[in-house]
Amino acid sequence: MADYPDSYQYTAEHEWVSVDGDIGTIGITHHAQDELGDVVFVELPEVGASFEQNAAFGTIESVKAVSDLYAPVSGEVVEINEELVDRPEAINEDPHSSAWIVKVKFSDPGQVDALMTASDYQALIQE
Amino acid sequence: MSEIRQTPLHDWHVRHDGRMVDFAGWRMPVQYSGLMDEHVAVRECAGLFDVSHMGEIRLSGSDALATVQRLTVNDASAIEDGQAQYTAMVNDAGGIIDDLLVYRVNADEYLLVVNAGTTEKDHAWITSHAQGDVTVVNESSDWAQVALQGPVAERVLGRLVKEDLSAIGYYRFVISEYGGLPAIISRTGYTGEDGFEVYLAPAHAADLAEAILKAGETDGVVPAGLGCRDTLRLEAGMMLYGNDMDESRSPIEAKLGWIVKPDKGDFIGRDALVRQKADGTDEKIVAFKAVGRGIPRHGYPLLDGAGNRVGEVASGTFAPTLKEGIGVGYVTSALATPDNEIFIEMRGRSIEARTVKLPFYRRQR
Repeated sequence: MADYPDSYQYTAEHEWVSVDGDIGTIGITHHAQDELGDVVFVELPEVGASFEQNAAFGTIESVKAVSDLYAPVSGEVVEINEELVDRPEAINEDPHSSAWIVKVKFSDPGQVDALMTASDYQALIQE
Repeated sequence: MSEIRQTPLHDWHVRHDGRMVDFAGWRMPVQYSGLMDEHVAVRECAGLFDVSHMGEIRLSGSDALATVQRLTVNDASAIEDGQAQYTAMVNDAGGIIDDLLVYRVNADEYLLVVNAGTTEKDHAWITSHAQGDVTVVNESSDWAQVALQGPVAERVLGRLVKEDLSAIGYYRFVISEYGGLPAIISRTGYTGEDGFEVYLAPAHAADLAEAILKAGETDGVVPAGLGCRDTLRLEAGMMLYGNDMDESRSPIEAKLGWIVKPDKGDFIGRDALVRQKADGTDEKIVAFKAVGRGIPRHGYPLLDGAGNRVGEVASGTFAPTLKEGIGVGYVTSALATPDNEIFIEMRGRSIEARTVKLPFYRRQR
């Protein structure tokens, strides 16, 4: 059974957000990588790009499927995980930690509070 | 829509953690441990596939050969007892009804192995065109089919059957038995690797699958799903009915002209195919590799250098062996030759690609 950290917030689009002050680290969930299968390609936004909540900000491709990454919150990209460009399979190996995707500076910190808790999210994927 | 069917190996798949999906009316495993691992296992060791969903249609009688000859484009008179042939059935316009294997059991008996999704259609087509002394029987539910594909296939399967597998040549088969019931062991496959397809009684399929896994444990044999079957076949340049060809495409457009034998005499679609061979066709299938970063996918538009739409991707994938994006698609015939620059429109971006000769991957013999 995968571990869904209680300190993270989750979305119905199968992403997680870890909050540190006004910076959020965003990744995809264990469930999402499992559904996708072997990840072979990740397209990341540029540092400095801004996007609104629910906007597509990148794509992630497995051998068989392509999936958009949706912004869990509005914000500006302050860092991207460059390692994923050369080692996209890291997303399958460690989706909740080292294979984070982007870090953003929140433009509306209140949005985070409305996201799902770990137990809500786990209930969702067990439906 | 008819009900989703299960193969005799359904419970076996579930027991081996197969991820089950609906495919061509069947509940099938798309993967077990993971598509990439399974793909590599087939190229380097061997993978065990359930292909029981495929259809088997038997033609028997003194006019069986004449019927096969009228219904298929290849020359079935050229094969011997115990030999199989890749061929296609086409309609009057030359459109592909199905691609299939013809097994010659003997002069009066042929077994046609057809695609799962087209079995009913094919059976109806064959029955309506059968003339003279020929009986057509859809035996699909009487056969399970297990494929062991990969370099260690002969060694592993050889431990379980009494036949000398080294004596079975490529595209040859023997009629044997397994568990006291008839079985067919055929040196054929859909992966680009050496390997065998075993047709056997449904009741014994799980027994054989389990025996193969056990016998091949130390040789790296793993259960392999439809996911890697698709990446393996595309790397090997094999066409998939429904994706890469259908009734709107002819064998000439699909670059399967090598299976069309007009000299054998008359057959359904002959005139149309002879004309296409002589005059050419507006479009043809072409293979390509993505040069830029990106993975071609079914339905993505194909563009020429000026940005004009020249076709679309029929099959596309990330190629696990080659580690790049590959695909095939129908384009204007002028572009359907190797070494042309084309572009793939991927979700609003235009990615450069280069046309290549098939196959993408060829095993070392």
